[in-house]
Amino acid sequence: MTDTLLTNARLIDPENGTTNLGAIRIADGMIVEVLQGQDDGSMEVLPAEGLVDLGGKCLAPGIVDIGVKICEPGERHKESFRTAGLAAAAGGVTTMVSRPDTIPTIDSPETLEFVSRRANEAAPVHVLPMASLTKNRAGREMVEIGFLKDAGAVAFTDCDHVISDTKVLSRCLTYARSLNALVIAHPQEPILSAGGSVTSGKFASLRGLPGVAPMAERIGLERDLALVEMTRARYHADNLSTAASLPALQRAKSAGLDVTAGVNIHHLTLNEYDVGDYRTFFKLKPPLRCEDDRLAMVEAVASGLIDIISSMHTPQDEESKRLPFHEAASGAVGLETLLPAALRLYHADALDLPTLFRALSLNPSKRLGLPTGRLTVGAPADLIVFDPDQPIVVDRFKLRSKSKNTPFDEQRLQGRVLRTFVSGEQVYGPDA
Amino acid sequence: MFAQRHLLGIEGLTRPEVEEILDLADRYVDLNRRPDKHADALQGLTQINLFFENSTRTQSSFEIAGKRLGADVMNMAVAQSSVKKGETLIDTALTLNAMHPDLLVVRHPSSGACNLLAQKVNCSVLNAGDGRHEHPTQALLDALTIRRSKGRLHRLNVAICGDIAHSRVARSNILLLGLMENRIRLIGPPTLMPSQVDQLGVEVYEDMREGLEDVDVVMMLRLQKERMDGAFIPSEREYYHRFGLDPEKLAYAKPDAIVMHPGPMNRGVEIDGILADDINRSVIQEQVEMGVAVRMAAMHLLARNLKARSGHDHGIPAHGM
Repeated sequence: MTDTLLTNARLIDPENGTTNLGAIRIADGMIVEVLQGQDDGSMEVLPAEGLVDLGGKCLAPGIVDIGVKICEPGERHKESFRTAGLAAAAGGVTTMVSRPDTIPTIDSPETLEFVSRRANEAAPVHVLPMASLTKNRAGREMVEIGFLKDAGAVAFTDCDHVISDTKVLSRCLTYARSLNALVIAHPQEPILSAGGSVTSGKFASLRGLPGVAPMAERIGLERDLALVEMTRARYHADNLSTAASLPALQRAKSAGLDVTAGVNIHHLTLNEYDVGDYRTFFKLKPPLRCEDDRLAMVEAVASGLIDIISSMHTPQDEESKRLPFHEAASGAVGLETLLPAALRLYHADALDLPTLFRALSLNPSKRLGLPTGRLTVGAPADLIVFDPDQPIVVDRFKLRSKSKNTPFDEQRLQGRVLRTFVSGEQVYGPDA
Repeated sequence: MFAQRHLLGIEGLTRPEVEEILDLADRYVDLNRRPDKHADALQGLTQINLFFENSTRTQSSFEIAGKRLGADVMNMAVAQSSVKKGETLIDTALTLNAMHPDLLVVRHPSSGACNLLAQKVNCSVLNAGDGRHEHPTQALLDALTIRRSKGRLHRLNVAICGDIAHSRVARSNILLLGLMENRIRLIGPPTLMPSQVDQLGVEVYEDMREGLEDVDVVMMLRLQKERMDGAFIPSEREYYHRFGLDPEKLAYAKPDAIVMHPGPMNRGVEIDGILADDINRSVIQEQVEMGVAVRMAAMHLLARNLKARSGHDHGIPAHGM
């Protein structure tokens, strides 16, 4: 048995909420020993074949990123499994949970099988595919949830397409419930928000851009939660962005519904004014909100009301962004900037590191029933080493993603991933 | 001093810059009233009017302004040409840029389109209306009209009435009149008001009579036909009843209040036809006249800055033959 000892590490343990110094031994792709405490020579440590001194840097469970768009099949010029995988490894994402909004939609066991096969060939990190909830994400007929689940679909989502027919959605939820399948939605009242490209308010009025009312998100969420109450389905409300949604979420959780919620990193770190002079890299769906909303989302992550932070990685090529704001495509890449951007919240004293990794690693793992996201013996050795203080200046042309549409271009961030281990293998690092 | 490279909006302009444009425009009003209307501020320069939206009034105003100042003016109505072949806005702009124009006058249906173009071309870009964002020369010509009629452009009560939400004219006027320290009132149904508009330093009224109380200037806006179908207002006749300007409602304003409209007017929808033609109250024809003068002034100043930046006189090739 070959084993490696990662010593002199600051162990970020999201389960216990601790950041102690210690060491972790990995073998056969698993964590086999966790040693807490200062190594002052008194600790009895068995020798290992590989020994890596981490010099006091942070060691945390790898990020499990729900909602990564990989663009394969259909739009490989924007991103491929290979490039997304390299970006993920460099960003500390050890599991990409891929979105089904590709061309064609991942809505059959056959298309899902393509994703699983390509992913394993090309990406250095784990890829767990999601499937759509309705065929072609059209909101009319449900997919073969049973077959797809057997084929490896970890969750079912129509992504930013809202199933507006409540009868269809209630049947999907009921059927999914019988298979214990997780349904993920991006809540939105699609008619109220139709045609908008920024959040409504003073900024939208000044810029003459059509607005999306924050209330549209709350209406969508309230509707979904009512159906969840009716069907008792497992439901994850992803990509929430407004304070108006939070009371509804709190009520659902208090009522004991099987509900969790997610927010993407951009809604935690940017606001509507970042759009500035019609900068299309800041065009997102839902749009960046006002500062009060951003602060409410950060607070909700800190309190645990919002469970999961994701990158909502959405590659777009230059052509689809080099357009007038209203015509430009939505979305931003995020795999490589997720952690440094999230560390902004740590440096701003809004979240401590275990809380951050609870939202980045532990909670998404728990929600998907994965053994990852923990620093415990027997957990997979999906680990990252990072320096939370190292300053970086983001250069979008140095991103590993094929698409370079990051809103953090030329911004100063603090925090850098130094090494990434997937199943005990180093896939990113100084000598990988 | 007007130090801008482009005229993309009123946002970003300073008070002295606005005043310099208006002062120069005053001189061009005099020129335009003479039999010989020619000056040479744009001599040797090329002006391209790039209109992605149909326009008769604004485009001809820019064309006359350019020609009176000696520019070579070309009109491109893109609505009918390359956009239909799939060419992007930036490609169209780069194609024109390669022909070395000096002034690019752009109208586009998307807010921010002129800002995007200005980043990609070497010449000066003049915004002739972008989506719902800004229409700076309209606000400047309105300001000139007010200043000439009222003798000043500050401490006036100005009411802007109608479809504020979809109006770039309203946005530019709010910014300009606010910059010059006037009291601005917006009057219209709440369905035609932008969100959180009260945070832009204006007072909002839903009752037109109340809103017109003691105002010096009444600016009416055009109500687009497609907004009259019940989606924003119940009907044309109810709109006219509540928000159409007629002599009865105008009586609430100051006795010498002037009536303005950017045109084209819907007589009997937002404004009473007889009132619009009343030469004692309506300055709508003057607005058109001021439009040419303001555009001459704006292009003159942009050309001056262009020459100052390039360091040599335009029209003379940089390297000999």
